[in-house]
Amino acid sequence: MKNKTIKVDYLARVEGEGALYVKIKDNSLTDVKLKIFEPPRFFEAFLQGRNYSEAPDITARICGICPIAYQMSAVHAMEDAFGVTVDGQLRALRRLIYCGEWIESHALHVYMLHAPDFLGYTDAIQMAKDHPALVQRGLQLKKAGNEIVAFLGGREIHPINVRVGGFYKVPAKRELEPLAERLKWARDAALETVRWTATLDFPDFEQDYEFVALCHPGEYPFNEGRLVSNKGLDISVRDYDDSFVEEHVPYSNALHSIIKGRGAYFVGPLARYNLNFNRLSPMTQEAAHSAGLSYVCNNPFQSIIVRSVEILYACDEALRIIDQYERPDKPSVQVQPRAGTGYGCTEAPRGILYHRYSTDDNGVIIDAKIVPPTSQNQKTIENDLWQFIPKYLDLPSEKLTLQCEQAIRNYDPCISCATHFLKLYVNRE
Amino acid sequence: MNKNRKPKLAVWKFASCDGCQLSLLNCEDELLTVAGKVEIAYFPEASSAVVKGPYDLSLVEGSVTTQHDAARIQKIRKVSKVLVTIGACATAGGIQTLRNFKNVNEFISIVYASPKYIETLDKSTSIASHVHVDFELQGCPINKRQLLEVLGAFLYGRKPNVPAYSVCIECKRRGTVCVMVAQGIPCLGPVTHAGCNAICPAYNRGCYSCYGPMETPNTASLSSWFAHLGVKEENLVRSFRSFYGYSEPFRKESEAHENKDRR
Repeated sequence: MKNKTIKVDYLARVEGEGALYVKIKDNSLTDVKLKIFEPPRFFEAFLQGRNYSEAPDITARICGICPIAYQMSAVHAMEDAFGVTVDGQLRALRRLIYCGEWIESHALHVYMLHAPDFLGYTDAIQMAKDHPALVQRGLQLKKAGNEIVAFLGGREIHPINVRVGGFYKVPAKRELEPLAERLKWARDAALETVRWTATLDFPDFEQDYEFVALCHPGEYPFNEGRLVSNKGLDISVRDYDDSFVEEHVPYSNALHSIIKGRGAYFVGPLARYNLNFNRLSPMTQEAAHSAGLSYVCNNPFQSIIVRSVEILYACDEALRIIDQYERPDKPSVQVQPRAGTGYGCTEAPRGILYHRYSTDDNGVIIDAKIVPPTSQNQKTIENDLWQFIPKYLDLPSEKLTLQCEQAIRNYDPCISCATHFLKLYVNRE
Repeated sequence: MNKNRKPKLAVWKFASCDGCQLSLLNCEDELLTVAGKVEIAYFPEASSAVVKGPYDLSLVEGSVTTQHDAARIQKIRKVSKVLVTIGACATAGGIQTLRNFKNVNEFISIVYASPKYIETLDKSTSIASHVHVDFELQGCPINKRQLLEVLGAFLYGRKPNVPAYSVCIECKRRGTVCVMVAQGIPCLGPVTHAGCNAICPAYNRGCYSCYGPMETPNTASLSSWFAHLGVKEENLVRSFRSFYGYSEPFRKESEAHENKDRR
């Protein structure tokens, strides 16, 4: 019987996407597998032999939805290897472009990928027939984020202006003014988004998670900080490999990451929020409270509210950066490659993204390791389903499928398309 | 047009970063208009609804890297009246083709602890090397304005107006001073297909050819200019081997210099 089920799974793979495998025997759940079938693309392998300066352009191509995250982790890791510090306004501009990515990625997820689950539609286009203003607000909010990325980065997807040491070109202050006008609208729209998402219906589902996020003493984290958890982890990014390990499971092309000796952990907006609430701007904290969120949130279904809170924060932070901006003398600091190993970890919209590179004297990459947020959350997603499904065993298969899809989309997996292709195979014995 | 007769659009994904299909969702001002003109019948990145084929227009993103995908593209061709490939992966195999110059088994063991779980072909290939393609839209990522042009052309039954000239023309139009002539920065713009609006030179860097080869590129001439600028052979090889590294003109040029290096 088991072998037969695995064959069905290969059919799912014929469709080339992710799948969820659930087995129910005698009315109890006996197996859950989240399968990711994205074909391997071997970035770590072909980065070997490329120049350090190419890493931001090449790793951006891992993901069209969060290219800035890849570029930021790559440049920080290389700067760590070469002993370079980027601070002042160049550092602020890096936060600004990251704000843009959070806004566009979170708005895409909140309005176009996740909201249809809560409101009962197959997609945002169907939703727009009944809620045109709502979808328009989401699209325009997403556009505001994309405008920051396109302005600072050259274009929305795979921006070209980020380099090790800073940027190729930096803007004059007056050039940022039109962005600020747009962001003031976006901040209001984000506040509306927080209020609206707080009115959605959420399943009663709280778990005891280990949340992991960057923590910076003075800021809500984007590019820097220590790696901290609510269960005692507190390490420098350089020590990542001592605490985290990736496992290769037979049914997924994405590696599963665990904390050594403890297991699954949870990265992303919920982790950042729970570990950094005090570092949100005052208006963002106030909005979160008004929406009924306390400073800790353990229900992953409420991640849609937390993501909206982060959109609001990113708009607020972007406006602060633009307000305090003065054009730096040079668009980048001098970089002198040397042999060594560098570590970088930044907060992609979906959670921590870890890069490690070793280079030779000329800055040629001899080894690369990249751990995306989705592989870090995979085990937690499966654990959620183990806990979630038994409560809903009596639902017809179609409804159970929708519930499971929504539970997976809570994590905004970077293969978001894969969860939208999701095939649920319920094997009731 | 009768609502029931709207053309059916399908968006398919192979090995890729999802960026080119995201370009459609990034048409924030136009998306709902497009959705009013076509029936979005299959677009898993955006919708969980699936309308059965055949499809009037299929957009295909990503390259073929598994046996299974090689079979899947044949089926997609059969259910598609018009098939358009979008992006570097679909039109030339993409960044994944860097494996084509190496032994893929070595790559697998670098990335994965248990190589036996991984199934992959030894080469990443374009969609057109498997099935007939009606139009190829280049770019890594594609330009959303060009994508709207292709969709519009399809709706009105005309040829898409996507120029095949080089990035240099776009620099001239934009008024950007040539970074190679004025600053001595190596730039692949002279051999690269237009479409991005020559962003990189406008941001003070050379083009790195994420739009791939233009029509009839003179790569040998550009290589000799790179040599004048002091670009080493190995760097030249790498320049041609990125997002369009396995397109014929770029592959031949990089191989010519790789061999020179060995002599």
